[in-house]
Amino acid sequence: MNQFIEWISQPWPWYIAGPMIGLTVPALLILGNKTFGISSSLRHICAACVPAGIPFFTYNWKNEMWNLLFVLGVGIGGFLAVTFLANPESIVISEATQADLAALGITDFSDLMPSDIFSWSNLFTAKGLLFFVVGGFLVGFGTRYAGGCTSGHAIMGISNLQWPSLVATIFFMIGGFLMTLVLMEPLMKMVGF
Amino acid sequence: MKVAEKNIVIDRDENCAAPNLRSEHDKGLELLKYLILGTLFGIVFVKAEIISWFRIQEMFRLQSFHMYGVIGSAVVTGIISIQLIKRLNIKTIHGETILIQDKVFKKGQVIGGFIFGLGWAITGACPGPLFAQIGSGYSVVLVTLISALAGTWVYGKFADKLPN
Repeated sequence: MNQFIEWISQPWPWYIAGPMIGLTVPALLILGNKTFGISSSLRHICAACVPAGIPFFTYNWKNEMWNLLFVLGVGIGGFLAVTFLANPESIVISEATQADLAALGITDFSDLMPSDIFSWSNLFTAKGLLFFVVGGFLVGFGTRYAGGCTSGHAIMGISNLQWPSLVATIFFMIGGFLMTLVLMEPLMKMVGF
Repeated sequence: MKVAEKNIVIDRDENCAAPNLRSEHDKGLELLKYLILGTLFGIVFVKAEIISWFRIQEMFRLQSFHMYGVIGSAVVTGIISIQLIKRLNIKTIHGETILIQDKVFKKGQVIGGFIFGLGWAITGACPGPLFAQIGSGYSVVLVTLISALAGTWVYGKFADKLPN
């Protein structure tokens, strides 16, 4: 048993994780005719908490409770994974990425997230404004405007051979490449890295 | 009377991107299976390091195959699964025919998709990993989540004024 825990505590390779994520698509369909898509949970939370009479948030969100429970589960799964299946080693990042990020001012490469960015002490600073407030807003606004995120379009939509989802995924990638390769450096300098 | 009209709530939202197409409402413990499925999903997210800001940086810098392998093999698994469901006419566990709506093309998939891509690279997270990061103890990501909710709300508020 200990050996098993030790074994699954190592980082899982893509060819295990990818098919497991892909199987969520038929699992949700077969369990109850549910279409996979995670960003919709953000809309349901808005509909439940601050609908404010806006037509986009005026629907029976309780009918979509399954989606909220799914994302609650994702959070619980995150807790279980770091509590019981934690990888004892530091994350192994590609050397090229490590060099690029070190040049941008990242110093902590020990964990899944760099503490240089993701710590409460950055909350009321320009770093926090960029990485939490602006970044989060773009994710929430963009996914809803696009009608889905990586799960709803890139995985569910393309799995069902929907070309609009392929278009969306291509533009996710264009935005990501532009931010990472062009805008990230000046923005990080601007916020004090 | 106007107030009453405002409170009319549609039961089935046809614009939902991840719709619930089951004909009956899910009741009580039936919902537990979605919590369990989400939990498994969250474990995979963390164990395959998909929630890592570094992995997203590697992906957008084309310096690692990992994320492309994850998304690519997830899509291949999804395509095969949906083809099997359609060809073998597999039903839900309640005996219903499985329904999948077509995605309709809108300008939002281009503009919104691009905007989300910018945010994905900054936060290192799409909406799913946001929840997993918080659960994994990166509590400051709660702020990112609240900001993502604000972004969703602002979209909803101005949805009919945006090109689509």
